Amino acid sequence: MDALIKKRIKQVIKGDQDAFADIVEIYSNSIYQLGYRMLGNRHEAEDIAQEAFIRAYVNIKSFNQDLKFSTWLFRIATNLCIDRIRKKKPDYYLDAEVSGTDGLTMYSQLSSDTPLPETELESLELQESVQKEILKLPEKYRSVIVLKYIEELSLNEISEILDLPLGTVKTRIHRGREALRQQLRYV
Amino acid sequence: MKCNDEIVELMHEYLDEEIDPKNEMILREHLKGCKECEKLFNEYKKTIAVVKGTSRMQAPPDFTAKVMASLPKEKKKVGMQRWLRNHPLIAAASLFLVLMMGSVFSTWNQEREFSVSKQDNLVVQNDTVIVPEGEVVKGDVIVRNGKLKIEGEVQGNVTVINGEQYLASAGHVTGQIEEVNAVFDWIWYHMKKTALEVIDIFNDSDK
Repeated sequence: MDALIKKRIKQVIKGDQDAFADIVEIYSNSIYQLGYRMLGNRHEAEDIAQEAFIRAYVNIKSFNQDLKFSTWLFRIATNLCIDRIRKKKPDYYLDAEVSGTDGLTMYSQLSSDTPLPETELESLELQESVQKEILKLPEKYRSVIVLKYIEELSLNEISEILDLPLGTVKTRIHRGREALRQQLRYV
Repeated sequence: MKCNDEIVELMHEYLDEEIDPKNEMILREHLKGCKECEKLFNEYKKTIAVVKGTSRMQAPPDFTAKVMASLPKEKKKVGMQRWLRNHPLIAAASLFLVLMMGSVFSTWNQEREFSVSKQDNLVVQNDTVIVPEGEVVKGDVIVRNGKLKIEGEVQGNVTVINGEQYLASAGHVTGQIEEVNAVFDWIWYHMKKTALEVIDIFNDSDK
C-alpha cells in the first residue's frame, strides 16, 4: 500500500488531480474517526476531515516523500482538531484549570467528589460514556489517547505527529490513562 | 504506600509495551502480594480495553467525492506545462529565438570599442580614420565606432558601423559604401555578410 500511495503522490505532484481520490479513499475512515473522537460529533468530524485532505492536497509539494505519508496527514488533521478545540469555548472549565499547573488535579478532585451517578451510567451505553470521557480530557491528553488507542499508532509515530519528544508523549499517555481510569472504573 | 509510585511506573511501562523482562518479573511478583496494586492494574487494563473497544467510525459514503469536488482547480502552470508538452516544436523555436537574440545583443554590446581594418596607409586620429589624399587603400575598409574620412582612394567596399563616413570631393571608393548604425541594421548587415560568405564558399568549391 505504501508503494501505491507513493505512486499516487507523485502523480498528484505532477498535476494529476484525480490520483488524489485514492489517497482520500484509503485514509478517509481513520481521519474521520480522529475528528469524531477529538471533537465529538459527526458534522465537525466530516468538516475537519475534509479540510485536512484539502490542505494535504494544496501542500503536497512540501511533503517529504521519504517520510510516511500517514504521519504527515495525521499531523495536519490533529493540528486542525486541536485548533478547533482551542477556539471552542468549553462549557466546562476543566481544560482551563488543568492546563495551568499539574494536569489532572481537577480531574482527581472531580472524580472523587462526583463520580458519575449510577442512574446516568445505566441510561448510557458503554460506547457513549467512553466517548464522553475522552471528550472530557484536556486536548493535550485527548490527542495522545485517541492516536494511541483509537488509531492504534506507535509511540514513535505519535511523537512525530505531535512534534513532541517521546518522553512527553509517554507522560501524556500515562496521565490520560489515569484520568480515564478514574472515570471509567465505575463502568 | 511507598510501593505505589514505583509500581505504577512499571504498570505504565507494561501498558506501553516497553517493560523489560526483569521489571516485568518485579511487577508480577508485587501484584501477587498487593491487592491494591492489582486492583489498580486491572482498572488500567479494563480502561484501555473499553477505549479500544469503541466502535470504528466510517466516513460518510460520499466523503471522497465531496473532497474531490472541493479541491482547488488545477493551476494555470500545469496547463502551461501541458501545452508545452503538446507543442514541443513551438517551444523549441521560441527558446532558440530567445537565446539567439540574447547572443546578438551581447555581441552588439561587446563591439562598442573603436576598431578599424588594418591597412598600412590608413591614418588614425583619435576616433577618426582618414584615407589621406593621394593614397590608394587596397581592400575593404571597416570602421567600428568611429568616423571615416575619405580624401584618397579606396579600392574595395567601405563599411562604417556605428559611426559616420565623410567622402571628400576628391575621394574615391570603387566598391560600395555602407553605414550601419542601429542594432537592427547591424543584424541585417551580419546576416547579409554570413549569407555572402556562404555563397563565397559555394563559389570557391565550384571552382
